[in-house]
Amino acid sequence: MSDNSTCSSPMEELHPIFLHHLPSSFSVLLKTRLQAHFHVLDPCDSAEPVSSFLASHAHSVRALVCAFLTPLTAETLELFPSLHLLVGTSSGLDHVDLDYCRRRGITVTNASVAFAEDVADHAVTLLIDVLRRISAADRFVRSGSWPVKGDYPLGSKLRGRRVGIVGLGTIGFQTAKRLASLGCIISYTSRSKKPSASFAYYPDVLELASNSDVLIVCCSLTQETYHIINQEVMRALGKRGVVVNVGRGPLIDEAGMVELLVQGDLGGAGLDVFEHEPKVPKELFGLDNVVLSPHCAVITPESFQAVQDLTVNNLIAFFANKPLEELAVLGTCSRAATALERALMLVGSATE
Amino acid sequence: MESIGVLMTCPMSAYLEQELDKRFKLFRFWQFPQRAQFLKENCGSIRAVVGNATVGADAELIDALPKLEIVSSFSVGLDKVDLAKCKEKGVRVTNTPDVLTDDVADLAIGLCLAVLRRICECDRYVRSGKWKKGDYKLTSKFSGKTVGIIGLGRIGTAIAKRAEAFNCPVCYYSRREKPNCQYKYYPSVTELASNCNILVVACPLTEETRHIINREVIDALGPKGVLINIGRGPHVDEPELVSALLEGRLGGAGLDVFEKEPEVPEELFGLENVVLLPHVGSGTVETRQEMADLVIGNLEAYFLSKPLLTPVV
Repeated sequence: MSDNSTCSSPMEELHPIFLHHLPSSFSVLLKTRLQAHFHVLDPCDSAEPVSSFLASHAHSVRALVCAFLTPLTAETLELFPSLHLLVGTSSGLDHVDLDYCRRRGITVTNASVAFAEDVADHAVTLLIDVLRRISAADRFVRSGSWPVKGDYPLGSKLRGRRVGIVGLGTIGFQTAKRLASLGCIISYTSRSKKPSASFAYYPDVLELASNSDVLIVCCSLTQETYHIINQEVMRALGKRGVVVNVGRGPLIDEAGMVELLVQGDLGGAGLDVFEHEPKVPKELFGLDNVVLSPHCAVITPESFQAVQDLTVNNLIAFFANKPLEELAVLGTCSRAATALERALMLVGSATE
Repeated sequence: MESIGVLMTCPMSAYLEQELDKRFKLFRFWQFPQRAQFLKENCGSIRAVVGNATVGADAELIDALPKLEIVSSFSVGLDKVDLAKCKEKGVRVTNTPDVLTDDVADLAIGLCLAVLRRICECDRYVRSGKWKKGDYKLTSKFSGKTVGIIGLGRIGTAIAKRAEAFNCPVCYYSRREKPNCQYKYYPSVTELASNCNILVVACPLTEETRHIINREVIDALGPKGVLINIGRGPHVDEPELVSALLEGRLGGAGLDVFEKEPEVPEELFGLENVVLLPHVGSGTVETRQEMADLVIGNLEAYFLSKPLLTPVV
């Protein structure tokens, strides 16, 4: 394979990268884009068994793209002794053995910045829908109930609602910005206080919930954050409290939440993710104060394009020995990133 | 004030009824099927009418109430009040501006998001069990899309400010260009429609703005364009809108109002690119109470000979 330091034209010798994925229509698009710039090693292309393909090709691979939520274990990573860079195409990286990567000194990047806006938009959509009963009212109209039953029950005002953001990373910050424009009062909790954020900070989720009417869950899933939203936290939110989850299902004690919703001890929920997708607790289907979406916060052509751009740009920067942070930002954000965001490019702090 | 007759035109707020009952002699118009007879018997004592966006005070009603002195509308829109007749007869008119601006603007943004991100369809997809068989398809991003607003009054401006937080470029049409306005102005609705992705109707309903959304505008908005109506149903030529949606000439619509509420064209019920709401723009507990307080406040001010809080006539 080529030596990147002698590569004068990108088309003459393409750097090899390994594509780790379960083929889907989306990953095929990503692969085609990558093939324009790199020599893509994909075990799915080969008739040989994966183990033999890896034995032939993995040893000199310096960069690997882990597409979507394809699990990547230490066992697999051990087969890549030359690996320096792991490019994730999602925001959450709980499907990758990050501890192993840290021990090996493998740089890991995620793609939060590419689709933070879409996830933030989706979080806001879920919240407005729950408070203003949009999906429930749409069902009401389509069922022909309006002429028969008269006016639809009233919803709740957004301005003045205290919204607690759980995890003020790229996504949390974009969500906060949008909700602030709707007159919500924003506070947050995070592993560490963000000096550049002007919102009120609480050191733990329980205190945040006690001082909020709404919780937006957008932190990464780790051992520490598993079931971080438990019944105690949800009770602290109150009977009119609303939980919105655009992070990962296991961040919430799902059975506990369902119990509270059914009993009327939690005001509502907007959920894009669940503990055992695509299974969703049936008890939620009969509730009008709940809005459910099939883990689709990033499924837009714009996000997919942005992820492809970010992936390609990060890889190009890597092989050119340029800093990833800076080049990860160019051309993917619809606005210039702040210093805060640039610092969040690398996974250590990006998955707050 | 308990002898002052107040006629409420239709059910609109239990809280408002309760508060009017405490202060005045309240007549609930909908409880009297023989309207002509009711009016003949009681017109001597009715000095105020409380109407809303559904049933207001038209010329016929105003003429039937010789003692009418004030119309206090439980709405900001006054298309259901014959303002010219009120002026002619010296009848005062009040409405409920400002208190509902946030809720209506929030709903406009909520409709933009709901249509583009197909949230109602997504929710249906999960509830029906379809997710077990496969993922939902691509939807469209909202942030960064150009939002065109018809009418840059209180509500239009509030929508524009929210759109900015989503990095949406904003442009607008209104009767006259606004000085010192940071948004791009287009001198016609068709031009506005040609230059935006999402067109929001946020102007008052008048003779001039009836059917302001017509075939020409719909065609200009196009197969990828989305129409959001939080104004009044008659702003839109509804049959034209329906056929454009059915034929794919318009990309989608978020509608809170219709020409003949509560009737909604059934052809829309099967479409996944529309969101249909039963006129809930100001429909929150908090705002409806504030609106009711404003109606009461205006009536009390009038009958105590104090300045009206939110007069229009």
